Amino acid sequence: MKIVDMSLVQLKDLLDRGELSSVEIVRAFRESYEEDCSSDKPINGYIEFFEDAEKTAEKSDQVRASGEYGILEGLPIAVKDNILVSGHYATCGSNILKGFKSPYSATVIERLKNEGIVPLGRTNMDEFAMGSTCEYSAYGPTRNPINREYVAGGSSGGSAAVVASGQAPCALGSETGGSVRLPASFCGLYGLKPTYGTLSRYGLVAFGSSLDQIGILSRVPDDIALILSVAAGQDANDSTSADVDFSDIFPLKRFVLKGKKFAIPKELFERGIDEEVKGAIERFSKWLEERGAIVDIVSIPLIEKSVAIYYIIAPAEASSNLSRYDGVRYGYRNTEANTLEAMYIKTRSEGFGKEVKRRIFIGNYVLSSGYYDAYYKKAMEVREMLKNELLQVLKSYDFILSPTSPVKPFKIGEKVDDPLSMYLADICTTFANLASLPALSIPVGKFSSGLPVGVQIAGKMFDESRLLRVAKLWEQEGN
Amino acid sequence: MEYKVVIGCEVHVQLLTKTKAFCSCENRFGGIPNTRVCPVCLGLPGALPVVNRTMVEYAIVAGLALNCKVARVTKFDRKNYMYPDLPKGYQISQYDMPICYDGYLEVESNGEKRKVRIRRLHMEEDAGKNIHLEDGSGLSYVDFNRCGTPLLEIVSEPDITSPSEAVAYVQGIKEIMEYLGISDCNMEEGSLRCDANINLHITDGGKLYKTPIVEVKNMNSFRAMKTALEYEVKRQLEEVELKGYSDRGFKVTRGYDDKTGKTVAQRVKEEESDYRYFPEPDLKPIFITDELVEEMRKRIGELPAAKRERLIREYGITKNDAYTLCSSKAFSEYFEEAARGYREPKKIANWVITEVGGFLNREGISIEEFLIPPSHIRRLFELIDEGKISSKMAKEVFAEMTNSMGNKIVTPDEIVEKRGLAQITDRIEIEKLVNRVMEENPKSVEDYRRGRDHALKYLMGQVMRITKGKANPQITSDILKEKLER
Repeated sequence: MKIVDMSLVQLKDLLDRGELSSVEIVRAFRESYEEDCSSDKPINGYIEFFEDAEKTAEKSDQVRASGEYGILEGLPIAVKDNILVSGHYATCGSNILKGFKSPYSATVIERLKNEGIVPLGRTNMDEFAMGSTCEYSAYGPTRNPINREYVAGGSSGGSAAVVASGQAPCALGSETGGSVRLPASFCGLYGLKPTYGTLSRYGLVAFGSSLDQIGILSRVPDDIALILSVAAGQDANDSTSADVDFSDIFPLKRFVLKGKKFAIPKELFERGIDEEVKGAIERFSKWLEERGAIVDIVSIPLIEKSVAIYYIIAPAEASSNLSRYDGVRYGYRNTEANTLEAMYIKTRSEGFGKEVKRRIFIGNYVLSSGYYDAYYKKAMEVREMLKNELLQVLKSYDFILSPTSPVKPFKIGEKVDDPLSMYLADICTTFANLASLPALSIPVGKFSSGLPVGVQIAGKMFDESRLLRVAKLWEQEGN
Repeated sequence: MEYKVVIGCEVHVQLLTKTKAFCSCENRFGGIPNTRVCPVCLGLPGALPVVNRTMVEYAIVAGLALNCKVARVTKFDRKNYMYPDLPKGYQISQYDMPICYDGYLEVESNGEKRKVRIRRLHMEEDAGKNIHLEDGSGLSYVDFNRCGTPLLEIVSEPDITSPSEAVAYVQGIKEIMEYLGISDCNMEEGSLRCDANINLHITDGGKLYKTPIVEVKNMNSFRAMKTALEYEVKRQLEEVELKGYSDRGFKVTRGYDDKTGKTVAQRVKEEESDYRYFPEPDLKPIFITDELVEEMRKRIGELPAAKRERLIREYGITKNDAYTLCSSKAFSEYFEEAARGYREPKKIANWVITEVGGFLNREGISIEEFLIPPSHIRRLFELIDEGKISSKMAKEVFAEMTNSMGNKIVTPDEIVEKRGLAQITDRIEIEKLVNRVMEENPKSVEDYRRGRDHALKYLMGQVMRITKGKANPQITSDILKEKLER
């Protein structure tokens, strides 16, 4: 097996046995990246492969040789361009942050680095994580490694593409409404959005603060567990982080499906779902039932409203979160303007792309006086009601099973000018963010086109472990 | 035509917490620009706020002291607007669920006591400071040291009826904050800032007209506040005379100019600014328990109004003196300590106000920096009572005490002894001196005996001259009269 095809867990094993060095690992992924760069249609997963990755790996090898080393010593990871790594640029795929070098690391990066991880580079994304295809990036679209005419999914498309193409074993992405799960399903990977609060948001550039979570993409469920075991838990710098202990989640224990109950929301199964996607769900359900699980179709009426709620709350929070990009302290500034107001207008008009501007407009609109009650306030109320409906279902069911995407992956360029239909691709994922629930996309096969298809299981708050254990069982037996 | 002045005040008070409102940067005035900053208060991408617990406690204490109700659930909101000194593009503030509400402050102005209702008191963060170069370069810089300093905003109802009452109201808030030790309320440094909304309710021919509400800003001292608001009353009256009554008119902002003593219209925005408030998603709501409120109530102690009344009652001092002594908590404490156990506290009150207060004013220092223990003031009075020094000498001893304050604290007894200042009280010795003076001034003796009383003063003076003022005046005068009238 080639290094670039190995999972984190396999690489860790070889490192622990002394059969491989971190430098060799990083070099292999670098070569894979460079090879792709010189290909006909590069997938464009990395915005930057870190120059210092090999040097970090070298140091890591020395630490390992000293005998006292971290759990992740020498293991590489790719990092989405909106998660801060001290001393490195972070642009969120946007022109407005061009040249911004972060003076500090995100808490999640800090914790992983303390255990010896080697950041490989920063991955492409829809600008400020706004998009479902990874085409709205100032650095051009990311291509799907399985078929380069297709999108990798978004917004963490770069993270998904580098893992699916052997340029990284595992990657960090970010979620606001499906940005890890959707590209994971388009690229045939496992993609977890943890419970809101499981991972600290400190150092994750904010999009929709009440929805944002760092997520993890990998080729095997155990890799996600390994990263979670180190990174999860309360952070004094993030008041919304949760006091949870995931230190013994890895390695994932065997799961017994017998008697476990899965609910398929009728609203995410009957109408508007691609037939082949339905087929995937049916295959997966069959496997579950064969192992003694119970699968029911239930109604969760407000799920149908989740996209509507989401596209009020997320832009509202984004419009405020993105106000800080004003050209005053960092990032891009139009230097021709000669008044403050002109500087603001020109800087932001030139610095932001059109999808980001669209969402800032929506956000400002729904928060403006006179419209606040009708939009934002109402959306928050319905969000609470949706949460209650979901929690009610999760009282009698262990998991909620649904497609990850209601439709097949898009071709590049297919949805760029049709934002509404792109927003609807989030129908199956946003409810988990709105209700703070953990959700995992599991690769369950291929469409007739050869592109991957994924299903999603969502669980109770902080039930990441059982989600991943179901996935591991599928990985071992289902395929 | 009759008119009523209607004023409401918005007071901002910077809190004296060790660290800023939402990060662990040191909270202190001034300093080299941009040296007390971090990713959070600079609004770097990815940074998140964390609530300073002490700020919440101070807000509760302040609210209780202003007779407010304390919310059991409160939350932060974002107030969105863009300005270079506001790094996040929004201010973390409180909108519809302020931590304290429905309070009042009793205010005394022109001998009349009135209650000014307080609508709300909430927490928010201060902005940075824009620095505009005036060298023709057109460059502006921003200093973020102040950014994130915790503030209380205290909003009154429009219950204030005159400029002097407005001043008394803000002074009342300042006193209370200082007493609680939660702010130094320095208007010049901006740790207390006040904006006032003012208009006139005019009754003419049985009809009521209201002038447009004017928000007056940039009043950087109590004097400025009084001048600005008095000017504004005059200006609004003149405007009515000039333009007649009008129902129309939007709220406008006028800035006070200290040089001219006038208010000047500020740029009017085309539409009213919309701050797009919404709940701050980065911070969880705060739940306040009854236990916490009770704990905070215990911290309040005696407030200035109550203290003034007690001082008048207990020490028999005048109302004016009580106001002066209670102008700062430490000053009143100094007085009480000095007066402890002394039978004539009024005398000590006078001394503390004139001599100690005068010294502080001349030196420009605060009572906290005044190192002479209050017991030494009391000792001065005991020395007078014991006849060891005269009250004139007491002033010299006090001067000596303050002179040596920087080096070493010397007791009044030590000074009296060292300088030989002790009074001559020995009758025999004084008799000798009196005899000598009478011999040397036969003319004055004659004068007195012819009924010219002022000669006594002259002879007294001579005794004092010889003794450098040390002769006990009472004994000396008694002996002199005795001998002269013989």
